[in-house]
Amino acid sequence: MKKFGRHLRARFLQGFSVAVITYLMIPLALIIILSFNKPRGRQNTSWNQFSIDAWTNICRDPTICRAFSLSVQIAILVTIVATILGTLISFALVRHKFRGKDSATLGVFIPLSTPDVIVGASLLALFLNIFIPLGFWTILIAQITFTISFVVVVVNARLTGMDQRLEQAAMDLYATPFQTFRYVTFPLALPGIAAAALISLSLSFDDYIITSFNSGRLVTFPLYVWNAAQRGIPPQVNVIASIMFLGSLGLVALAAIIAKRRKLKTLV
Amino acid sequence: MPKNHTVQDLYLKNLTKRYDDFTAVNDLTLTIPAGSFFALLGPSGCGKTTTLRMVAGLEEPTSGEILIGEENIVPLPPYKRPVNTVFQSYALFPHLTIYENVAFGLRRRGIKDIDKTVKDMLALVELTPMAERKPTQLSGGQQQRVAVARALINKPDVLLLDEPLGALDLKLRRQMQLELKWIQKDVGTTFVHVTHDQEEAMTMADTVAVMNEGRIEQMGSPVEIYENPKTTFVANFLGQSNLFSGTVKGIDGELLAVDVNGVTLYVPKSKTNITSGKIVVGVRPEKIKVVDIDTPGLPKNQIIGKISDNAFVGVSTQYVVESPWGQELSAFEQNVDPNDLGYKGNEVVLAWEPRNSFALDPDEDLTAGIEPELVSN
Amino acid sequence: MAVTTRSKRIKTAYLLLIPGFAWLFFFFFFPLGSLLATSLKRPLGDSPEAGFAYALQFSNYSQAIAEYWPFYVRAFTFAAIATVFCLLLAYPISYYMAFKAKKYKYLMLVLIVAPFFASFLLRTNAWKTILSSEGAVVGFLNFLGVLPQERILSTSFAVILGLIYNFLPFMILPLFISLDKIDKRLLEAAGDLYATGNQRFWKIVWPLSIPGIVSGTILTFIPASGDYINAELLGGISDKMIGNVIQSQFIILRNYPQASALSFTLMAIVLVFLYLYLRKIGTKELL
Repeated sequence: MKKFGRHLRARFLQGFSVAVITYLMIPLALIIILSFNKPRGRQNTSWNQFSIDAWTNICRDPTICRAFSLSVQIAILVTIVATILGTLISFALVRHKFRGKDSATLGVFIPLSTPDVIVGASLLALFLNIFIPLGFWTILIAQITFTISFVVVVVNARLTGMDQRLEQAAMDLYATPFQTFRYVTFPLALPGIAAAALISLSLSFDDYIITSFNSGRLVTFPLYVWNAAQRGIPPQVNVIASIMFLGSLGLVALAAIIAKRRKLKTLV
Repeated sequence: MPKNHTVQDLYLKNLTKRYDDFTAVNDLTLTIPAGSFFALLGPSGCGKTTTLRMVAGLEEPTSGEILIGEENIVPLPPYKRPVNTVFQSYALFPHLTIYENVAFGLRRRGIKDIDKTVKDMLALVELTPMAERKPTQLSGGQQQRVAVARALINKPDVLLLDEPLGALDLKLRRQMQLELKWIQKDVGTTFVHVTHDQEEAMTMADTVAVMNEGRIEQMGSPVEIYENPKTTFVANFLGQSNLFSGTVKGIDGELLAVDVNGVTLYVPKSKTNITSGKIVVGVRPEKIKVVDIDTPGLPKNQIIGKISDNAFVGVSTQYVVESPWGQELSAFEQNVDPNDLGYKGNEVVLAWEPRNSFALDPDEDLTAGIEPELVSN
Repeated sequence: MAVTTRSKRIKTAYLLLIPGFAWLFFFFFFPLGSLLATSLKRPLGDSPEAGFAYALQFSNYSQAIAEYWPFYVRAFTFAAIATVFCLLLAYPISYYMAFKAKKYKYLMLVLIVAPFFASFLLRTNAWKTILSSEGAVVGFLNFLGVLPQERILSTSFAVILGLIYNFLPFMILPLFISLDKIDKRLLEAAGDLYATGNQRFWKIVWPLSIPGIVSGTILTFIPASGDYINAELLGGISDKMIGNVIQSQFIILRNYPQASALSFTLMAIVLVFLYLYLRKIGTKELL
């Protein structure tokens, strides 16, 4: 009986997990399905007719592609700056002892625990008070600001798990502090930094609330989607979202295959 | 590896390391001769690893000097010291191949054409086929050899070994002990080996320093400190000892006669400065013969007792014998001819030659250095 | 470290901190101050176009709270309910991933993270389609007669559902990380020491997962309480949250002092919540 109970519990857990993932996937399925739809009117909400028009002609409404490319540009710049700034902070917090460390930790934590509307609103208040025109640069500033703390958290997780003796061993083997960083610390932290960069990329690309306060007349991809939601989202938007989703899955699969190959190679 | 690599002596002068409320290393002064295999032996927390890390430059001394030859290396950062370390659990770089791990130090110093040197080193530690693997793909013993190779390739004046064999199983450990000893003879570098395993220290080192509570208790060749421990701590930590508190009765030629609860034990006069009053006499269990009462021709030191326990361990039989004054004594009888004395409650004589006794200061704690776990792992 | 390098290392630490903290100071903490200043401004005329002057008009706060307190209550209620459900959904799946999923662990992780790359607005909008009154879901539920309002869209239920959906990954990820860190040998040791399955969970897994629960609940509750997307897309007029008010005051009505006062009040409440929460749980492992 006891064994049966355990079996039942394992089954339940498995079924529950599959259900949760399905719940997360339902809207994506709808998005992908409707990307092949030829909507009857403006609203692409019910199935009408199969079509690959949207896939073959993504930029029929050039504003979609303009918004998309603006978002990509901003996301790349945000990722670069936030990853660098956040990683530096993380190195200081994890790898060094200094006075005021607790305050510094709190200083990273507060932006993380501030609702998006407030981050967006306070920057808007600043830009208005000092008369900075809203646009590309204000979006960039706003997104970097809220991304830095996420980078710190992710890189911290990696650095905390790292064996300090490896750095001591490097110094023992004639590596100057810079060389120790260059040849040991940095390569070992790299997976964490890469994960942080990836998260920055997705946070920036997908941000609506903070950006909406500071965008002025510029339209990023999420802003386009928001505006379009009122009058009907064209299937091309679904195509872009599908590509982003399936593309990210594809890249992960590719990375996994390459890693597996490499492992096999070194073992032989 | 060139044998004639000129190495210099390592001096520690009044070296002290204090943490907030704890003195890890207390005014340590020590000379480690060039080219020797030196073991720092002590229980955990005795300050041996801290001493090693100060030499490596990974800890900063509170006061004192560390000299290699004439030069005080304390102000130098770790990467400028002619010293390399084999870390406890190795600290191999997981993202680099074995080849690159070994080449690391040479590359950092900007040395060109290192390929042959690295390959020779890998050959020396018999890891040539593993060159392109990553550390996680190696066994414990192989990783340990990489750690040694990675340090030795730099031809340091001093190689520091921080419990380098602690993670290995017993058999592999014995084998690596011999290999390390052989490598040390081959390269002629000074090895400073930190360990809590007394057998390991005695097997490998030319000189053993027994450390306790931040100080050196005794230093000398393994034979010297084993045969003539100078403190109860050394007597108990390095092997086992039977210690007897007594009073000097008189002098009998070259021997000192000591009264221990009515029994007279003899110890060579040359082994102590004490000539009167209280004294502690000690003897190692394997020096003691366990024989029937009335056996003729016994050595001069004799105690009659009752066997309270015995254990046959193959090479010897270990007896616990209760003395008339209730002290438990231990004696190891070599398994030359298995005898049948091993009944509990049997009366036997414990006898040993006076020259095998040693004498200690009476003010010391007789139980110092007895490890809670006596099991040698 | 040798004597000379210690002070150098401390200096390095400050050098590493300066760029990031300069950024956070100029673009986060200083703007917060700016927001505070704005929240106390007084209007120069009847319309926002007339502009505002620096003042110490605390009545902005009393007015804001008097008028909009139900929106705060609703926001925190919705956020709290969503957080609890996120935890209930996230714990079993995180546990499954950390302890049972084995080779499917990373596949599941990827499936949980990958939706981030498909616009969350679009995904929320997809829910709008799925839950619409013309849709099959509502039709079926109405056929069963279980919907009190005969619709899902434009109800509080829909808003909470959207919040759960959008913030669930933020609960799963930290939970998974803290559960995955648990040394599996601890469980074996506990089993060896006569702990039953239930005891193993409550005495070992649960306490060790508390840092994950803390980060997860914070990462869910705070953004959910300030969110206005879900209320806007999925809710009705009477489901608006404080985020909606702040947004419209800022962007549409341009009543900056009022909007700032509302924002600052929200921030203050969140920080008080956070302080009480962390003091109760007593964790230091925030980062």
